[in-house]
Amino acid sequence: MEKYNLLEEDSFKKGKKIDVYKKMYEIREFEKQVKKSFDVDAIKCPVYLSVGQESISATISEFFKPNYIFTQHRNHSMYIAFGGNKEKLIDELLGRETGCTGGRGGSPGAQDLNIGMIGHHGLIGENVPLAVGAALGASERKILCVFGDGALEEDYVFSSIAFAFTHKLPILFICEDNNLSILTKKAERRSWEMTDALRGIGMSSADIIDDPKLIARKVNEFKNSLPAFINCRTCRHLWHVGTGQDETPRVDRLKEFKMELLKDGVNLDELTQIEEKIKLEEEKLWKKHLLKQ
Amino acid sequence: MEKTLAETIKEITKTHLELNNGLILGQCLSAVGWVNNTVPNTKNIIELSMTDVAGGGIVAGAAIAGRRPIFVVRFQDFMYLNSSMLVNYAAKAKELFGVSAPVFIRALATEKKGTGPTHSGIMHSMFMHAPGFRVCSPMTPTEYKEIWEDFMANNNPMFVSEHRHSFNQVDDIKDIVLPESKITIYGIGYARFNVLKAIEILNREGIKCNFINLLWLKPLKLTERKIESLTKTRIGLVVDSGFEIAGASQSIAYELMKKTKIYVEALGAEDRSVGTAERYENTTPSVGKIVNKVRGLIKIKN
Repeated sequence: MEKYNLLEEDSFKKGKKIDVYKKMYEIREFEKQVKKSFDVDAIKCPVYLSVGQESISATISEFFKPNYIFTQHRNHSMYIAFGGNKEKLIDELLGRETGCTGGRGGSPGAQDLNIGMIGHHGLIGENVPLAVGAALGASERKILCVFGDGALEEDYVFSSIAFAFTHKLPILFICEDNNLSILTKKAERRSWEMTDALRGIGMSSADIIDDPKLIARKVNEFKNSLPAFINCRTCRHLWHVGTGQDETPRVDRLKEFKMELLKDGVNLDELTQIEEKIKLEEEKLWKKHLLKQ
Repeated sequence: MEKTLAETIKEITKTHLELNNGLILGQCLSAVGWVNNTVPNTKNIIELSMTDVAGGGIVAGAAIAGRRPIFVVRFQDFMYLNSSMLVNYAAKAKELFGVSAPVFIRALATEKKGTGPTHSGIMHSMFMHAPGFRVCSPMTPTEYKEIWEDFMANNNPMFVSEHRHSFNQVDDIKDIVLPESKITIYGIGYARFNVLKAIEILNREGIKCNFINLLWLKPLKLTERKIESLTKTRIGLVVDSGFEIAGASQSIAYELMKKTKIYVEALGAEDRSVGTAERYENTTPSVGKIVNKVRGLIKIKN
């Protein structure tokens, strides 16, 4: 993994940082509501929660405006960060006709065509060749393609990314690398990093932690010379599927980012107000939908 | 002069690429003979990497982007690899996500001459089994034009089971319905050519046979006219080049029996792997095999 000097000046202004924090907090509160509903059996489908990984989607959505978004099964964070309709996502998780795929896709299949987000059907990495084909078909459009570290091991993923490089297709590939495939750590599955493999073929790539400042810097560096690949090392707090937790997470980027904002001079009261407002909104939204017949 | 099937495919493709902003994708499209001279040398041709599984996904993505891609798979056996994203995503996307991925899958078959275990298979039955596909096996220029129009009018991926040995075909293959026929034979894809030869031999023996073309395998278009013949001959046979076991021939025989309560048998390739040497071939049922099968069925009937 690359080392960066986090004290280095960057173009990530304070106002933008607060916007990213708001999105991170919004995703966290939404996912907490999913957990709450799942734990009382109101949600009956399997859920793939983004808790702990919020900074990636929250930051990218502030700096990159794609025409299409091809996500993975753990997609609630991207859906929310890019402005997907949360009411439809709630209904989807509740299995309703009014859900974002009419109850057919469930948690991994969430989509909102209004933001260009096309549903994932559940096979890891399948969105990579699909994204590449979409970029090939509509090459003037920018595409965001998001997947996990397990997907990189699917045989069709490297070949698809390499094809995008050959044809200079405008895709930003993001790996939300939580080091886990269900519970199997990356080191037990492979001895290589995709960043190295892609550098080997000459493609722009970076291997960073999920600090919003780093993500912002790399997205801004790459977004006008796509394709590019960013491996973001992150920490999934809950189980692969479901709402359980085996151990205390080694890092909580949301808390860390809040501390940074406070160090940057953001007023604690301001952040507290933001948090309370988001929390109330999410509670209200979920209550409304859970009561809906 | 009338066009051959290969020339017809090439012409349709050329129009699609030049006037419809269509795409054609596949491996080695421009190599050795441009896929039996069915691919025009024009714009919008994409050479895929030699990556079969990803290739199918890339084509499905191009379909999502609205390009109505033609996906050329030079040998149908390769479909086991190429089909993953087509079966899993392209075929399901419309129902699951309301997103269409209309891919025109040109899957080429061939047989004999040592084509062996990976170059002689016929896979259309597999796609009949997967929800979301339209499946057909055109062998004439007229049939090809029909299925292309259908593809352009619908938003489903279509599996087009071609056979290289039919590429020089010019004439239509017509149904045969005679008042004195003793059996109705339904032919699928390339098997139809052998069925017609078998019928000539059987005619000479005094066994008159009706013959019905089955261009569409899914949706299976069993019109009244196609069924009427069976209700008169009171016995039927479905012949296919693909594997008989759990395949198109058995499935359609079952559908016919269900509709008519009349006994119908199936005949297709045998349930065994294909080898390269001639003695290990497992081809379209031969003329002799079809003749013997019909003789046996007539005995049962009598």
